[in-house]
Amino acid sequence: MSLNASEGRLRAARQGQWRRQPFITGAGRRWALGVAVLAYLVLALGSVDVNWARVAEGAGRAVNFLAAFTQPDFISRQGDIIAGLIESLTMTLTSTVIGVLLAIPVGLGAARNIAPLPIYALCRAIIAVSRTFQEIIIAILFVVMFGFGPLAGMITLAFATVGFMAKLLAEDIEDLNWRQVEAVRATGAGWWQVMNHAIQPQVMPRLIGLSMYRLDINFRESSVIGIVGAGGIGATLNTSLSRYEYGTAAAILLIIIAIVLASEYASSHVRRFTQ
Amino acid sequence: MPVSTSSAGLPLWQRRTTAAQWLRFAAWLFGLSLFLLCWKVISDNTLWVFVEDAGRQGSDLLGRMLPPRWEYAEKLWRPMWDTLNIATLGTALGVLMAFPVAFLAARNTTPHPLVRSLALMIIVSSRSINSLIWAMLLVTIVGPGVLAGIIAIALRSIGFVGKLLYEAIEEIHPTPVEAISATGASRLQVMNYAVLPQVLPAFAGISLYRWDINIRESTVLGLVGAGGIGLALNASINSLAWSQVSVIFVMIFATVIVSEWMSARVRRAMI
Repeated sequence: MSLNASEGRLRAARQGQWRRQPFITGAGRRWALGVAVLAYLVLALGSVDVNWARVAEGAGRAVNFLAAFTQPDFISRQGDIIAGLIESLTMTLTSTVIGVLLAIPVGLGAARNIAPLPIYALCRAIIAVSRTFQEIIIAILFVVMFGFGPLAGMITLAFATVGFMAKLLAEDIEDLNWRQVEAVRATGAGWWQVMNHAIQPQVMPRLIGLSMYRLDINFRESSVIGIVGAGGIGATLNTSLSRYEYGTAAAILLIIIAIVLASEYASSHVRRFTQ
Repeated sequence: MPVSTSSAGLPLWQRRTTAAQWLRFAAWLFGLSLFLLCWKVISDNTLWVFVEDAGRQGSDLLGRMLPPRWEYAEKLWRPMWDTLNIATLGTALGVLMAFPVAFLAARNTTPHPLVRSLALMIIVSSRSINSLIWAMLLVTIVGPGVLAGIIAIALRSIGFVGKLLYEAIEEIHPTPVEAISATGASRLQVMNYAVLPQVLPAFAGISLYRWDINIRESTVLGLVGAGGIGLALNASINSLAWSQVSVIFVMIFATVIVSEWMSARVRRAMI
């Protein structure tokens, strides 16, 4: 059928009527997909109930909020903002260091080419659990266990870092150049020496780049886990938003954007330096 | 560490010069001190009394969560449907907005450098702010409910999709563009017939990937009132119904695994 369709297209093109090749081949498939999408949209949009009166009421607030960006208020809650920022930044750094250190053994265990099956299964399970749940859900549990404060936040972020880094590290190890491992093994090297001289040099540049990237992510996440009481700037932001103090909220958001930009800039330099 | 020594016991070869060695030492010392300093800040802000019984609290929590109250799952179908809608409609809306932004942000398709920096600014601010923060904001603006969640997901997706898509546009092959321009095509026609077909597969892949991430993120938006299964989670946690919380966790886990599998399959079929 698709052959006929493409022949038809060619014949039309010879007569001067050119149509481009469709992205999805097969007219029947295209129609079915279109109908399915339409049906879903009708069902989904039908089940979204919107309180338009509330939306209209909030429109004024949206304007206020946008206006607040032109005159952010850094001063009146200065103490809270600084305390929250220091907590966020310390949480970010410690959790990234601890998370990366813990991710290395898990990542080694989750690489099929160097780990035996039981260890592989265990490490993959750790990765799956850590990656499925959002940081904030894990934070809820850790806040219950360790009490309010930045320690719970730090453990949360470290746990999330383990899943992220270990997965990427394991994938990196799985497609590394095996000849170097064989060469080092042929000299009679033990397990540690193989790790240190054949595998580590191959994955190190990417590991450093990923750690920098994760530092970035951890900072962004540390700005939200405060909502459930795990410390950081998120608590300050949440309070200012629920008090409709948009000036302070805009100031905090601008600070977050500035720090993320700065760390992205720094990490691109570090990556260029290591590669 | 000298690798070999001469007969007089003097080192013959060293990996690094003395200056480099000192520099490395200083860098490690600085890093370690910074880490310890940060740790001290955290430790000062922590009530260690609560940490000491963390093990007991943890096992207590586990005891309350097990066995899960499976009957509760019946009440979760509607919130789950809302969650899926937040993720899907939010992704669709975000992708629609990200598409023009990416074309304005790519160096080879932007009409003007000033427009480009404006588009890049949109992408950066959307990327730096977590979808939960967007949701908190939107709940105060449009009121609690699914709509706030959809817009939050959409606003967060603009940056992600926009960034990956404009990078894909900058990496296209220039020859088709030249060929179409040589026929006397206008700017829009060049985009339509030379740029678009080259980035369409990448675009579809990126959108699906983002959808997958959005499913994960939309499960928690309810914590700040933006609809979906997070609302049920919040209610269960606030009423300390931990046996319901574990049911919700299982639901989230299953949904995320299925959506990940689906998006991986579709992406493989497309490439």
